[in-house]
Amino acid sequence: MRSTRTLIGVGSLLVATTAPATLLGGCTTPGTGTSGATMAQPAPRARLTVGAASYTPVTDQRLVSPEAENWLMYRRTYDGWGYSPLDQIDARNAKDLVPVWTFSTGVAEGHQAPPIVNNGVMFVSTPQNQVLALEAKSGELLWRYKRELPEDLFQLHPTNRGVGLYEDKVYLATLDAHVVALDAKTGKVLWDRTVEDYKKGYYMTLAPLVAKGKVMVGVSGGELGVRGFVQALDARTGAPAWKTFTIPAPGEPGSETWKGDSWKTGGVSVWITGSYDPQLNLTYWGTGNAAQWMGDQRPGDNLYSASVIALDADTGKMRAHHQYHWNDSWDWDEVSAPILMDVQRGGRTIKSLVHPGRNGYLWVLERRADSIGFVDAKPYVKQTVFTKLDPRTGRPEYDETKKPVTGKKVGFCPSLWGGKDWPPAAYNPKTGYLYIPTNENLCGSLLGTEKPYEAGKLWLGTEIKDIGMSVADGSKHIGEIQAWDMNTGQRVWTRTFESHNWGPVLTTGGGLVFAGGTNDRYFRAFDGKTGEPLWQWRTNSGITAVPSSFAVDGVQYIAVQSGWGVDAQRMQGALDSIRGATTDVPQGGVIWVFAVKR
Amino acid sequence: MAAAGARTGQFITPGDVPAGQPPVTVYPVDPGSRVVRDGSRLNQILLVRCAPDELDEETRARSADGVVAYSGVCTHAGCDVTLWQSETRRFRCPCHESEFDPRDSGRVVGGPAPRRLPRLAVKIVDGVIVAGGGFTGRPGFQPG
Repeated sequence: MRSTRTLIGVGSLLVATTAPATLLGGCTTPGTGTSGATMAQPAPRARLTVGAASYTPVTDQRLVSPEAENWLMYRRTYDGWGYSPLDQIDARNAKDLVPVWTFSTGVAEGHQAPPIVNNGVMFVSTPQNQVLALEAKSGELLWRYKRELPEDLFQLHPTNRGVGLYEDKVYLATLDAHVVALDAKTGKVLWDRTVEDYKKGYYMTLAPLVAKGKVMVGVSGGELGVRGFVQALDARTGAPAWKTFTIPAPGEPGSETWKGDSWKTGGVSVWITGSYDPQLNLTYWGTGNAAQWMGDQRPGDNLYSASVIALDADTGKMRAHHQYHWNDSWDWDEVSAPILMDVQRGGRTIKSLVHPGRNGYLWVLERRADSIGFVDAKPYVKQTVFTKLDPRTGRPEYDETKKPVTGKKVGFCPSLWGGKDWPPAAYNPKTGYLYIPTNENLCGSLLGTEKPYEAGKLWLGTEIKDIGMSVADGSKHIGEIQAWDMNTGQRVWTRTFESHNWGPVLTTGGGLVFAGGTNDRYFRAFDGKTGEPLWQWRTNSGITAVPSSFAVDGVQYIAVQSGWGVDAQRMQGALDSIRGATTDVPQGGVIWVFAVKR
Repeated sequence: MAAAGARTGQFITPGDVPAGQPPVTVYPVDPGSRVVRDGSRLNQILLVRCAPDELDEETRARSADGVVAYSGVCTHAGCDVTLWQSETRRFRCPCHESEFDPRDSGRVVGGPAPRRLPRLAVKIVDGVIVAGGGFTGRPGFQPG
C-alpha cells in the first residue's frame, strides 16, 4: 500500500528535524496506576547504603552455584530452569501471600524482566531501557538509570527482559543496540558499547548472559532483515571478544543452505538469553526465523534459523547445532534457549536440551561436546504442519499445503505466535515436571508477497492485513499451563484460562508454580504436583514478566512486574477483531513483591 | 536521497496524490540548497487527498486542494506509519495497530498511540506541494 517515496518542495520554512526545546525536557510516560497496591508491611524508611562493603560482587562461582536466597540471572541458573530452591512458601501457606511493597516504574508497555536479586539488592529493567536498583526487602529506591533513547528509534518491541550481573557491574542490552555497564552501587555508566547500528533495524531486548568474564548478547531485528549474531564483550572494559553470525557467509559450513545474497538479510535473530553448560563450556542459544517470512523466496534450509546453536564461551566457535524446522515460513522463531536437564530414556540418563518449540513440538535433544543428538519430540498443542519426523535426525516433513507461500493464502496451526512464544517454561527438580505456558486452539494464516528489502524498514514478506488468526470452533479456552513429566514424556496436568497466556513461569522448592500471563491481571500460584490453584492476586495490569523468588533475613519473597504490552497486547487485538470485542487491559508497570502474612 | 521508484527525486504535484488512493510518503527538500532532508526518519511525511468537505475546520485550513499532510512516524513507539485502511480511510501503524484519522487532525481512533500525528500545513505554489511551516508538534514517540 506504500507509494513511491518522492520529494515535497518546501516553501518559506523547513520541516523541523527536532522538536522545539520546550518539548524536550522532563517527559515521562503517563498511566502507571498502583491502585490496590496495599502495603501489608510498612517498609522501613531507612535508606540502604550500597557501599563497597555491602554489595557482594558476583563471581563465576556464584553464577554457577548461586545461594538459595539469590536470583542472579534471567532464569536464576545457567541451566535455564527458572527454579528457586526456597521452600518457605508452600502449598499450605501460599493462600496467605500478601504484597509487601510495590513500586511504580513510571513507564507503559510490556514489562518482561525478572527482578534480579543479589544479597538484598534488586535490579529491575523496564521498557524504555530503565534500570531500577531497590532494596529488595523494603522497596526503597537506591538508584535509577534511564537511557536517553534516540528519538528516531523504531520500537517494534518496546520491552527489556532483564539485566546481567558480574563482579560489581550491572549490564543492560539496549533498544538502540548498545550494551551498557553500570556500577552496581551507584548506577553510574562505566562503559557503553555500540553493538550494531539501530538505524539498520538492529535492536536488543534480551538479558545478557554473563560467564567467565564475558557479556554475551544477541540481536533482534528479524522483522527488518538484519543478519543475526551473538556478540561477546569483555565484562570489565566492553571490548569486543568474539562475534558469531547465525547465518554463515559464503564458503562457510551451512552457506549452501542459502541462495544468492539472501544470507545478507536473512534474519535469524537471537533475542532470548542463552543457557550455559559450564562443564562443556558451551552456551546454547535459540535462533529466530529467517527473513523475510516466505520460505519460497529464500529456498534452502536456511541454517542456522529456527535452531539451537552451541557456541564455545571463550571463542564463540560454533561446536554444534540442531535445526528444529527448516526453511521456516510461519514466523516460528525458536529463540527460547533450551533447558539443560537430565532425562531418563530406556534406563539411560541423558544430558538433554529440552525445548517447547514455537512450532508446537516439545523437543528432547542430547548435548555433547561436539554434537547435538535428536532424542524425541511430540506436539504439545494442535500442530497441522509436520507430517512426520525422521526418527534419527528429528527433521520434520511438511504438509506442503500448510506451508505459507508467495501469492496464496495458507492456513496452519498453531498460529504464528506458536504453541509457546518467548515466555519461558520452568523445570522443578523436586516434582520432576516441566511447566510450559501455552496457547492452544489458535491457528494462523499468511498470504506471502514480494517486496524489496530496505534497510531499517519492516520486511515481512506479507502485508500486515494478510496475517490471519482464528480460534478453534467451540473452544472454551486459549491459555494453558501444562505440566510434563519429562522422564515418561507424558503430560500430567493442564490448567486452562479463557484468556490467552503470555506468562513466564517460576517454580520453587516449596513445590509451587507461579505465573500471570492472562488479560484479567491476575498473578497466580498453583500446586506443582497437581496443578491445583492455591492463590491469586489481582494486580494493576497484565503480567508478562518473568517472576523470581529470593530471601532476605530468612524471609522468602516472590517478585514480579505487572505491565501489559507488546505481543500479548497484539494477540489481544487479533482476538478482539475476530470476536468484534474491545478488551481494555490497562498499561503501566509496577513491581510487586509478595510474602506470607505474618 | 532515500527510496526507489519512478518519482524519486521529483517534486510532488497534486496529481501525484490522487483521490481515493493510499497515502504517498515523502521527504522535504530545502528550497534554497535543494538538500533533501531525509537524514532522519522523523522527517517522513504522509500525503493523502480527501474531499475538502469531509475535513474538520482545522484540517481544512492546513490543506491544499484536499491534500493533507502528517508526520509519517507513530506517536506510540516511533514506527513508520505505512498502512492504509482503505475501507475506513485511516492511517494505521504496522507495529501496534494504532489508527489515525487524516480528516480529523490526525486524531487517534484506535490502538495505543497517546496522541495524534503531528500536522503539517501545505500549499500549492507553481503546481508543486510545499510545506507552509513546521510540524505542529514533535514527530515520533516521546522518550519516557
